[in-house]
Amino acid sequence: MTDRLQRLKDLALSESGFLFDPWTGLTFSLNPTGRFILERLREGLGEPAIRAALQAGFETAPGDDPSRDVHEFMRQLRESGLLPADEPAAQG
Amino acid sequence: MSRNDLTIAVTGLNATDNPGPGVAVLRSLRDQPGFTGKLLGLAYDTLDPGLYSPELGLAGAFIIPYPSQGVDALRERLRYVHAECPIDVIIPTLDSELPSFIALEPELRALGIRMYLPTREQFELRSKVRLAELGRKAGIEVPASAVLSDARELYTIHEQVSYPFMLKGVFYGAQQVGSLDEALGAFHGTVAKWGVPVIAQKFHAGEEYDVVAVGDGEGGLVGAVPMKKMFLTDKGKGWAGVAVNDPNLLEMTRKFMAATRWRGPCEVEVMRTPEGRYLLIEVNPRFPAWVYLAAGAGQNLPWATAQLAVGEAVPPLPDFKAGTMFVRISLDQIQGMQTFQALASTGELRAG
Repeated sequence: MTDRLQRLKDLALSESGFLFDPWTGLTFSLNPTGRFILERLREGLGEPAIRAALQAGFETAPGDDPSRDVHEFMRQLRESGLLPADEPAAQG
Repeated sequence: MSRNDLTIAVTGLNATDNPGPGVAVLRSLRDQPGFTGKLLGLAYDTLDPGLYSPELGLAGAFIIPYPSQGVDALRERLRYVHAECPIDVIIPTLDSELPSFIALEPELRALGIRMYLPTREQFELRSKVRLAELGRKAGIEVPASAVLSDARELYTIHEQVSYPFMLKGVFYGAQQVGSLDEALGAFHGTVAKWGVPVIAQKFHAGEEYDVVAVGDGEGGLVGAVPMKKMFLTDKGKGWAGVAVNDPNLLEMTRKFMAATRWRGPCEVEVMRTPEGRYLLIEVNPRFPAWVYLAAGAGQNLPWATAQLAVGEAVPPLPDFKAGTMFVRISLDQIQGMQTFQALASTGELRAG
């Protein structure tokens, strides 16, 4: 298992979307979309697969852009130190 | 095998808004499953709040002389306490008293009283004055610093340590300064309270983490629990915190133990910068006031210390549970006059 994946699996994520990072002690609140994306990341999926899963799992209104949601959420994960800051966009 | 019947005396019962660690150490010991021994309080003031806490179940408490009264006064008082209530272990918890207890260790040992303390050399090496030397020796990054004994040195300090920096007293107190004027004011204020030297330490923005740990005296780590403060008082003291499991913090603690062969408890203070650097800010040579969190998270470090003091082998401590929190509370403890009266008139208190 990669360090990145282990780091994501170490996060404590509750049913309600409350997230605790046991490395830093920081806590976050995720909405259902964020929680869904994080769960897929923890399964080892990359951005394209998560985009597809998001489209399949959530109703989207015209004009919604799942790829933007995924990209933005991953940017926030990097900013919070939960993903490596210099990590290229994941594939697969 | 552990000794469950020990009589353990603990100092630092001043559980004020800037609390001494004694109450937390006593609570940890009290909570140890199977403990059948006695706990004694050693206090400097008749109004130290820990003296008035029925929850601690103290078998007795004794007022002891302030460190400023010297080693002889402390020796005499401890001999008296030991004659009245034979002590197996003392756990000192305050920076200012440690030199006296370290000096008395051989004599107390001859009396049958054990402690688990660093040597004088270890105690000195972790002092703020020698932090840079410690960093080099242990391979740990520390902030740039300079030791000042004269205010005139501040006029050129920026050549060694750029603004902003912290001005720290040799024992206590820290103030962030961003200019020469601020530095001069802080220097004189610090000297008035704590004397010289004063330490200038480069300020690094970031998240502060603290690690409570016990070293085995041979370079190894008995146990350690890192914590992130979640809420600070106006004095910068943690009023709430959470156990965390960043392996970098434990690695730094291991390096410290290996380099110093630290014996006994300590608190390692670390700053994690936004770039992910870990800088050692300070090492306190005793348990912190939040050490009860360690026991609550699965590692009873005060208990391990007492066992090591009497020569018992301590099995590897279990993993602690990251995410365990503490939230401190202020309570008014209601008492009749009898406790205060006994302490004020005789300097001691006996249970029931």
